[in-house]
Amino acid sequence: VCIHRVRSCSSIRFIKSKYVCVFDKSALKFSHQQRLFRTSAVSCGQIVQFKLSDIGEGITEVTVKEWYIKEGDSVSQFDSICEVQSDKASVTITSRYDGIIRKLHYNLDEIAYVGKPLVDIEIDASKGVAPEEDVVETPPMSHEEHTHQEIKGHKTLATPAVRRLAMENNIKLSEVVGTGKDNRILKEDILNYLAKQTGAILPPSPKAEIIPPLPKSETLPAAPKDKARKIPVPVSRPIVFSGKDKTEPITGFHKAMVKTMSAALKIPHFGYCDEIDLTQLVRLREELKPLAQIRGVKLSFMPFFMKAASLGLLQYPILNASLDESCQNVTYKASHNIGVAMDTEQGLIVPNVKNVQVCSVFEIASELNRLQSLGSAGQLGTNDLSGGTFTLSNIGTIGGTYAKPVILPPEVAIGALGKIQVLPRFNGKGEVFKAQIMNVSWSADHRIIDGATMARFSNLWKSYLENPASMLLDLK
Amino acid sequence: MVLQSSLKNCLQLSCILRTPKAGFNSTTSGGLIIQSVSNDVYQNLAVEDWIHDHMNLENRQVLFLWRNSPAVVIGRHQNPWQECNLRLLRQKNIKLARRRSGGGTVYHDLGNINLTFFTTRKKYERMENLKLVVKALKALRPQLDVHVTDRYDILLDRQYKISGTAAKLGRTAAYHHCTLLCNADKFVLSSVLKSPYKGLKSNATPSVPASVKNLFEKDPSLTCEMLLDAIAEEYATQHQIDHRITLINPADETVLPGINNKTKELQTWDWVYGKTPKFSISTCFNMVYKDSVLDVKVDMDVKHGRIEVCNIDLPEQWLPPALWSELEKSLTGSKFCPNETTTLATTLLRVCPQDDELHSRWNLLCENMIMLM
Repeated sequence: VCIHRVRSCSSIRFIKSKYVCVFDKSALKFSHQQRLFRTSAVSCGQIVQFKLSDIGEGITEVTVKEWYIKEGDSVSQFDSICEVQSDKASVTITSRYDGIIRKLHYNLDEIAYVGKPLVDIEIDASKGVAPEEDVVETPPMSHEEHTHQEIKGHKTLATPAVRRLAMENNIKLSEVVGTGKDNRILKEDILNYLAKQTGAILPPSPKAEIIPPLPKSETLPAAPKDKARKIPVPVSRPIVFSGKDKTEPITGFHKAMVKTMSAALKIPHFGYCDEIDLTQLVRLREELKPLAQIRGVKLSFMPFFMKAASLGLLQYPILNASLDESCQNVTYKASHNIGVAMDTEQGLIVPNVKNVQVCSVFEIASELNRLQSLGSAGQLGTNDLSGGTFTLSNIGTIGGTYAKPVILPPEVAIGALGKIQVLPRFNGKGEVFKAQIMNVSWSADHRIIDGATMARFSNLWKSYLENPASMLLDLK
Repeated sequence: MVLQSSLKNCLQLSCILRTPKAGFNSTTSGGLIIQSVSNDVYQNLAVEDWIHDHMNLENRQVLFLWRNSPAVVIGRHQNPWQECNLRLLRQKNIKLARRRSGGGTVYHDLGNINLTFFTTRKKYERMENLKLVVKALKALRPQLDVHVTDRYDILLDRQYKISGTAAKLGRTAAYHHCTLLCNADKFVLSSVLKSPYKGLKSNATPSVPASVKNLFEKDPSLTCEMLLDAIAEEYATQHQIDHRITLINPADETVLPGINNKTKELQTWDWVYGKTPKFSISTCFNMVYKDSVLDVKVDMDVKHGRIEVCNIDLPEQWLPPALWSELEKSLTGSKFCPNETTTLATTLLRVCPQDDELHSRWNLLCENMIMLM
């Protein structure tokens, strides 16, 4: 056996050594890779050239399409290194070693050759684990029970970190059932094994509940339901949490929202809240729902809220206005383009229904249906999303009662509607009855709107909704 | 030969997966034929991933049969903007999926059948699989002129492509899948596979367009069911197993643990669009505004589906320079996606000077930008 010591310096070329005769050739599959073996630990790593293995079908060259790692990254055995393509076949190349990537021999879209070096990996042997452990295909050179075992005729797969955990806890890897890919032993498997030993019960982790696909041994896994019902009992063992913080840049739509919300907070907000008795409206809607259904429209409460708001805005047009940047002029908008806050995958978007002042409740409902289906398909247009003059946010569909909504510039008012709750209330005769109560929270721009105006608008809006028949008098 | 329902097996797949010897005697070389009950392209692609990642193919090969409701499927390293008409897909609600194997873009609908041959990496052999398909077709209809080309296509009458192939090789497992046109909508196929986007420069794998034909056009008595059955029978014969097709449900976590996560991943924007190799767009368009026509030139670099660099060349002063640079800055880092751009642009409008003229110009420019996506 030829042994070479190489400093962990990426500029030094790898020196060839002879094959070690103990190779298990059948496990080698296609590769003809060189390997270095040491009998003593050395503090610096060795650079190994990982060559592109045979793809099959006599293919000699492929195109590198994607790198999953970059120089300096650390990799474990079986981690994906890159994706190459050859004649309609996409091949995932995985690492044979644990170590640090020191050099990528190709750039994206370059042609790579089978049998030639793909990456250089620095194998770090100073972790205190004997080098044989790093490569599973070799038969055990040492007889350490902890780290390298055969279960019923095949070898155990486990990363060095897992092997170390087993060693620290004096666990024989052969006694642990692996639940990872190819029956790899995972950290969770070691922890589960430990728990069984100490008699304590571990809180179920998601991985532990997955039934191992095709276990090579005959033992069937415990049913996941049993684990889920057990209450976790604190165990005095090191809890290994490998979560890491993740930082992402704010881009696109979210970046725009940051701008808008920052501008919004510059507006001096004041709030005004109230309670609306929707008992009569609930009854009315139940009657009208089937009629709308026949016409192909789903009727919710929103069209009523929006129409009532528009009627209110006719009396208090200052709420449908806009203040210019220098706060010198107020523009009273003629159209009531009432925005409806919509929760989508992307986040909060606010499409608006144009000219509510000339729309019937049915027309508003129909338009809302159109906006809702476009919204969920992610296909709203610029026209749908711009030009709003007043906004209603029905946060109650998700939950909540009172809220403190933020005005969307360039508007000057916004209303947040809580959920409808069935609550006991007193009627005129002093009797308790079942009432359908909804809370509304208004916010308005205090630079041009005063509390009294907001209160009067709210009262008018409330009266229309508490007594829907009164809307008939003022409908245009 | 019409497939009888008695041939479709009720044998629990989980039993087959857990006790490999069940249902097969030791003299068989080991094979399994499964068919998906779902027509959802993402679920079916997830089944392929699952089998590739979790199934032991040492002693057993698998044939997976599946069909999808209308979808366009692009290869692992392709550019969807280059390959298909995304606008049309959105309008018609046709799904877009990116598979993990290489190759070109195909259109799937219920008139197309998909076949996936799973083996160990050592036993990966595409020509054999395709010859099996041709043999099955000839057994069903001896007069059919079908043969395999060296590009791994199957041609009808030496002229029309009826099947395309792609493959995926992993560390220990491999699969080869192919399509087979029985009775697909050729009109939709040709319109969705034509890209309207101009000025794209990319190293993504391009598709090779071909004239296609349905087997149905040659012989109207053929149905997808018949083709599936014939191929399954030929596979069963060659692998010396029972001609038994096991149905699987790609939503069943008990049989395929972890499958729903795989399905979800295939649907994410980051996989479908974000995996597009870096490309650039250099194009110009005319905008008609009131009485004038304006020339706008756009240059963008898109990486991981996001706009890395954005340059918009407008006639001077058409938009206030501050606003115009604001738009360029906001688009940088944003997804190359019409929805993202629309919501971004309309949100930004809220903090612009409130001027109707300005707003209509802004909206016009943004709508034209969106047409590029």
